[in-house]
Amino acid sequence: MSAGKPIDKNIPVLIVDDFSTMRKIVKNSLKALGFNNVSEAVDGKEALEKLQNGEFKFVISDWNMPNMMGIDLLKAVRSDERLKALPFLMVTAEGKKENILEAAKAGVSNYIVKPFTVDSLQEKIQMILGK
Amino acid sequence: MRADFINPFIAAAKNVLATMANTTAEAGKPGLKTDRCTWGDVTGVIGLCSPGTSGSMLLSFSKGAILSVVNQMLGEEHDSINEEVADAVGELTNMITGAAKNGLIEKGYKIDMAIPIIIQGKNVQITQIANGPILTVPFTIPGGCFVVEANLVDHK
Repeated sequence: MSAGKPIDKNIPVLIVDDFSTMRKIVKNSLKALGFNNVSEAVDGKEALEKLQNGEFKFVISDWNMPNMMGIDLLKAVRSDERLKALPFLMVTAEGKKENILEAAKAGVSNYIVKPFTVDSLQEKIQMILGK
Repeated sequence: MRADFINPFIAAAKNVLATMANTTAEAGKPGLKTDRCTWGDVTGVIGLCSPGTSGSMLLSFSKGAILSVVNQMLGEEHDSINEEVADAVGELTNMITGAAKNGLIEKGYKIDMAIPIIIQGKNVQITQIANGPILTVPFTIPGGCFVVEANLVDHK
């Protein structure tokens, strides 16, 4: 990864997506970038429980999920005193302007639109964790 | 219904497969679907809705095609349409529809999309409430073929 402070790639990362395919793709991409301490959750509800009970340092979450959407997970994280500063990357299939604005207002660290390459993911991670 | 609404789906299908599965998809000639059944061995279906308009998009793969795509996407060797492969079809349906949205907005269709469902098996009858003509576009990729089928019906 290029400019910015060195990134600790041993940090525990939580991937949140209702599709196992996408969780695997993100996990494989993170592995290619040197991140091997990766856990998964199938929706926002499970993710919030894991975040509240764990020591995660980075969340990568899909937007559109049953039980609890990514935007609602983000709002819950930012409302939690222990979690509110957690770096949070939102993944969206739509790139809808209203969604991006809502996520920005809710305090998202950054967003990435599907489909994306490993290089694009790396850039986003650098922008979030490398500052 | 204007036929050019299919173009954003064609572009999106090519882009998603190229980006996520390193796969070049060659589009064939669009046509009108003549039945109401699934075309391929596994099909993703997603509802589309906007004020005054509703419809759906179907992404249907032959077995050879989807196994080729999934093996590329995940770096794994699958030899049958199992739960993981079906899940991948759902995610591809989601991504292609999402990627098509901006093109649809430019054509005046500000659609919202549902969470996809996946159907396994050829010739499964599908009954759509938005019962309008369905455009179908065949694609060829290494390993086989798939089709993108879509309709958008204006409500009176």
